[in-house]
Amino acid sequence: MRRGAVRALRRGVAALVVVALVLAPWTVDDYTVALLARTLALGLVAVSVALLTGVAGLPTLGQTAPYAAGAYASAVVGSHLSDVGLVHLAVAAAAGAALAAVTVPLVVSARGVVLLMITLAVGELAVTVVGRWRSVTGGTDGLAGVAASRPLWGLPVLATDRARYVYTLVVVAALVGVVLLVLRTRVGLLLRAGRDDEARLRASGHRVPAHVAGVHVAAGAVAGAAGSLLVVAQQFVSPADFGFDTSALLLLGVVIGGTASVGGALVGAALVVAARDWLFGVLPGQAPLVLGLAFVAAVYLLPDGGRRPRVRGRLLPAVPARRPAPESPTPTGVRA
Amino acid sequence: MTPLLSAEGITVRYGSLAALDGVDLRIMPGQRHALIGPNGAGKTTLLDVLGGSTRAGRGRVLLAGRDVTRLGPAARARRGVGRIHQRPAVWSTLTVRQNVLVAALPRAVRPGRWHPSARRRAAARTADALLARVGLTEIAAIPAGHLAHGQRRQVEIAMGLAGRPRLLLLDEPAAGLSAVEVGWLMEFLRTLPRAVAVLLVEHRLDLVYALCDTVTVLRDGRTLATGTPAEIRASGPVREAYAEGVA
Repeated sequence: MRRGAVRALRRGVAALVVVALVLAPWTVDDYTVALLARTLALGLVAVSVALLTGVAGLPTLGQTAPYAAGAYASAVVGSHLSDVGLVHLAVAAAAGAALAAVTVPLVVSARGVVLLMITLAVGELAVTVVGRWRSVTGGTDGLAGVAASRPLWGLPVLATDRARYVYTLVVVAALVGVVLLVLRTRVGLLLRAGRDDEARLRASGHRVPAHVAGVHVAAGAVAGAAGSLLVVAQQFVSPADFGFDTSALLLLGVVIGGTASVGGALVGAALVVAARDWLFGVLPGQAPLVLGLAFVAAVYLLPDGGRRPRVRGRLLPAVPARRPAPESPTPTGVRA
Repeated sequence: MTPLLSAEGITVRYGSLAALDGVDLRIMPGQRHALIGPNGAGKTTLLDVLGGSTRAGRGRVLLAGRDVTRLGPAARARRGVGRIHQRPAVWSTLTVRQNVLVAALPRAVRPGRWHPSARRRAAARTADALLARVGLTEIAAIPAGHLAHGQRRQVEIAMGLAGRPRLLLLDEPAAGLSAVEVGWLMEFLRTLPRAVAVLLVEHRLDLVYALCDTVTVLRDGRTLATGTPAEIRASGPVREAYAEGVA
């Protein structure tokens, strides 16, 4: 009964959010519409974080790397090759997936806090590279004045904030739909099983490294596509869009929205972005501290139901035993 | 006749402690083989080595004559080695049916059918049949994390069989079960088809003697004796070393 009520409440909230998102361009001013479009792009990156952290149990602070790769690939293609949004999306998704594929050897064997640190390093490295590769990325100044794109061949250019928002909303809805559909297949089962007990999955004969590599590349593609939407939404891209604060905001949004919930990740990211922008006005300079405290509170105080991340490996060090335990065997494939 | 599984000179050391010291073991196809011994004898470590989750420092493991020493647990499972853990290992957020279905997927390929959905359908059929066999059909839609210990054990047995094993490694399957559940377990294992060989680690000797045709006694990481249940019961050194409890 209680579970049914919660489910009904969730569906009700989801329906309200969808209606609000659809009506937004006709009910709020242009500035807010542009802000919402950027938030949707960030929400799509949050979906990729939820896919890794919540569904697969692979915590990440590095999804800003494929997000940046997708954004810059989209901006470069938009400036020099094509003004078609679908092309930008495909290129951005491919760039995000390619970057994720390059980092697979680094992440495929790591778990828990080690994985978190590696992905953080990958994200920071990506920001450093885009900040220094001036000839392509414009360095720390970024790429300004990216030409407006058109969704498909023959359609008009996205010239207004409202048009760009609607395009962003449609793409986000389509990609979230694809992610949800894929998670309903055996792919979703295998990812959740690996998160629950990876050693059991190996003992059943599954190739866990292939699953981990696959979900990293897929999440990279989603984050890359989100990068393309960011460029459409703000027609400008710079390294400041992909710093550590963005990674932390994304993880916080996913934790608040429910780590295993793709829709929750979108809502959580929107809430966190709204809170950040509000805090900038109320507590100038203190917003990161407040959001950090909110993150700790969210992890420790929110009920377990999908919010506290269930991850492979440890996120916190084990409490030391009073007596030194005898050295234990290293089970094949079970990593710290 | 080639043994289904042959372990030769298995040695596992943790620092100066030898958990296993040159252990040999042979299991023939369809055999019911028990591994008994006091706590710390190395029984679970030997199962871990045979299942591929622990690497032996020395020695080798042959499966149907093929050297699988360097293969991990996934590769061994795909070659027909199933594992039931001491503490039931189920995927707690998946339903009972999904647990068995996922366990069935790697070996659910139908000859000549490469389409993924054909594979999933074959796995689903296997899962449904196994759930009926272990009596869990009615709770198939419940998340495994909500089950009691005995039901989790049933789920894990179904998962172990879902991989169509040639050899099932059972690590203290009766631990924590009620008398009724132990009775069910004994009957279930007794009716397992002979196509599945069983290596059973168990402290309950009534279960061991009722089910197994061969018993190996380990002590301090070494093989103390191997024989039929009657021989083990009668063995003087075994009675001395491992207890009054052996007989």
